Amino acid sequence: MALIKLKKGFDLNLKGRITQEGVIDESKSPTYAIVPDDFVGVVPRMEKKPGEHVAAGEALYHDKNDEKIKVTSPVSGTVADVVRGDRRKILAVVVEPDGNGDSKSFDPRSNPKELLLESGLWAMMRQRPYDIVPSTDVRPRDIFITAFDSAPLAPSLKVVLGEDEKYLPAAVNALSTLTDGMVYLGCPANYSFDDTGAEINTIVGPHPAGNVGVQIANVKPVNKGEVVWTLDVVTAARFGKLLETAKMDYSTIVAVTGSGVTDPAYVKATMGCSMSSLLAGRLVDDEKPKRIIAGNVLTGVKESLEGYLHAPYRHVTVINEINKKDEFMGWASLSPKKFSIYRDFTSWIFGGRHQQVDLDAKLNGGERAIVMSGEYDKMLPMDIYAEFLVKAIIAFDIDKMEQLGIYEVAPEDFALAEYADTSKLELQRIVREGLDKMRAEMC
Amino acid sequence: MKSLRKFMDKIKPHFQEGGKLSMLESVFDGMETFLFTPNTTARSGVHIHDSNDMKRTMITVVVALLPCLLFAMYNIGFQHFKAVGTEATFWEMFFFGLLAMLPVIVVSYVVGLGIEFIGAQIHHKEIQEGFLVTGILIPLIVPINTPLWMTAVATAFAVIFAKEIFGGTGMNIFNVALITRAFLFFAYPSKMSGDMAFVKTDSAFGFGGTAPNTFSGATPLGDVATNVGDTLSDKIPSTIDAFVGLIPGSPGETSMIAILIGAAILLITGIASWRVMVSVFAGGLAMGALAHAFPTATYPASLLDPVAQICFGGFAFAAVFMATDPVTGARTKIGQYIYGFLIGVFAILIRVYNGGYPEGAMLAVLLMNAFAPLIDYCVVQVNINRRLKRAKAQ
Repeated sequence: MALIKLKKGFDLNLKGRITQEGVIDESKSPTYAIVPDDFVGVVPRMEKKPGEHVAAGEALYHDKNDEKIKVTSPVSGTVADVVRGDRRKILAVVVEPDGNGDSKSFDPRSNPKELLLESGLWAMMRQRPYDIVPSTDVRPRDIFITAFDSAPLAPSLKVVLGEDEKYLPAAVNALSTLTDGMVYLGCPANYSFDDTGAEINTIVGPHPAGNVGVQIANVKPVNKGEVVWTLDVVTAARFGKLLETAKMDYSTIVAVTGSGVTDPAYVKATMGCSMSSLLAGRLVDDEKPKRIIAGNVLTGVKESLEGYLHAPYRHVTVINEINKKDEFMGWASLSPKKFSIYRDFTSWIFGGRHQQVDLDAKLNGGERAIVMSGEYDKMLPMDIYAEFLVKAIIAFDIDKMEQLGIYEVAPEDFALAEYADTSKLELQRIVREGLDKMRAEMC
Repeated sequence: MKSLRKFMDKIKPHFQEGGKLSMLESVFDGMETFLFTPNTTARSGVHIHDSNDMKRTMITVVVALLPCLLFAMYNIGFQHFKAVGTEATFWEMFFFGLLAMLPVIVVSYVVGLGIEFIGAQIHHKEIQEGFLVTGILIPLIVPINTPLWMTAVATAFAVIFAKEIFGGTGMNIFNVALITRAFLFFAYPSKMSGDMAFVKTDSAFGFGGTAPNTFSGATPLGDVATNVGDTLSDKIPSTIDAFVGLIPGSPGETSMIAILIGAAILLITGIASWRVMVSVFAGGLAMGALAHAFPTATYPASLLDPVAQICFGGFAFAAVFMATDPVTGARTKIGQYIYGFLIGVFAILIRVYNGGYPEGAMLAVLLMNAFAPLIDYCVVQVNINRRLKRAKAQ
């Protein structure tokens, strides 16, 4: 067990935090959906056609390049629709529940790897390098599990886990047979777990301390040629439950947060449920258009009320698109109410940087070349020259990207830097494209 | 503000593609984003963004330069009336300085921003804010007696050849304001040094008088360079005088007090790197001490003590406002220490041991601008090697 103290990063204190205790039940979701874009690296090939029956835990589609990797249905019902976009790309697979609780049975005694693949939990894991769903033919060096989410307004994974925490030892035990190295569990200081069998690292510091990539970088960085699997503690517990009960449990607890929600709360729901079932009657009713985000404000996906809670997320954030329209010379503001984490605005004098703030989706400026130095480094607690790496990616200099540590990063690690960037560059998009191009070059 | 917004909305179609004034699209866009924070919202990636943007950053630097600018105006008047030999009140001096500075500021901004606007329009891009700072730096470092057309030519040269051809703000290798100064320095040496450059000797818009032909307005460092003997002559001002700043020199550089206020603003707001700033002063003090340890009449500047070295000439101004330019300086933390320290050392080295140049701050910064990428390369290479070593150790 090691204690890792991180200084870099920042905890944004947004309005819309959950203050009430307890978990509310969701209203019933009319449909559920799986969004293939959430499983980076998996090209969907449908196993079920619209109209066909699917049991909970049964595969909806598999990866075109490796049919062992499956994505499963969270509920029992009929495939209602396969929504396609440009060039017939599958945007979502919609399932209409039949409510009879038909759930596929698994054999817990089978090989853990096959169990992961068959149950769809494999697709919920990621691998470094490239931040994709792990390829099936590589044995990972280590497996890293993060036990907390440090992003703004993020749910306490301890709450999301609830009783299922007891399944962790079984999961860790099974996962440890899949690697020659260790299974690491990254915890914040205020969580304690009974002995799970995993090597526990206590991580202290502001966001992005909960990012598994940051934990890897400070425990045992990924080198060229090495592969590491990452997952979060909720997915691990789900695997443990599968091992002990032979059934997949897709229920989850979702944190519904943000300044656009009337009473932020934990809501009991099922993976892939509709946004409307989570948010009905909970949105603040004013004139301002709202931005509904599946996930947190930094790494989440923009959704509409008609959209769905994407499978990997246990978090919904609602903020205003624009708090104040046509702000007159906002860049010149001397008002201490104007929030910034930088000291060239006046809010820091009155301690405003850590007070609760209601941020909107405005860019607050135009995109520029990188001018200020060291901004990214302050938001990224890794031994990486972030600015140089970003430049190497933009220039698509493969050697430089490799040398500067692209194998160690995921787009989410750059999310906070993207928030703080004076030049308003889309860092997560840049890093994602860099990783994709890199993978295309190397494979 | 609603009426202004309405007016902007009304004229906007003319500037958009197909409109009568679409050739001024970038200018209109620049105006609009200047007046109103754009309503554009995040498309991809993070959904929230900090309030800080390039406009805020640049304007903070301009604010940090204001003490220097105001003091410069007063000092220009002070030096002028001293040269002319007539009495004048504080406000008369300040007013004279204002009249003398204003045309230079206007020329600098009109020429520089004009080129920026054209460049932005050609590339159909938003106007970059970099010149906001450059435009105010130029009047502060160009000697006040420089003819306006020379300033215009030099500014145009610097903006086009030091910035635009590299891709605009954020892409330039050399500090644009210093390139302006260097262009003047090498293209028109007779106007840029010697006795007549640094004090306004004729009237401004009919205000003030004309200095007698016998007037000599050499800068203290100019006097030091021509000093004869083992001790410095009495006409060289004391360190305290140089600290206050009522001495001849380029407009912005004379007063340490004004510069230190600017430095405080830059450091408190976190815009400038304290690493660069502190290490430039450290380098200057170290080299100044070394030179002063072996004083010789051959190199009269070695007779100055290290503190005087820092207070005289453009050293402090360069340390605070030029060396800290993030675009042209070193970008890694360790690199910033090296970069700053070497600027300090070279500035004093050139000043003391190169008879041709009584002042070395400008050349030192430009020299280190050229080396900054190399310094960063070496620092980053250490990180790369560490990563390679880690991979091999596995």
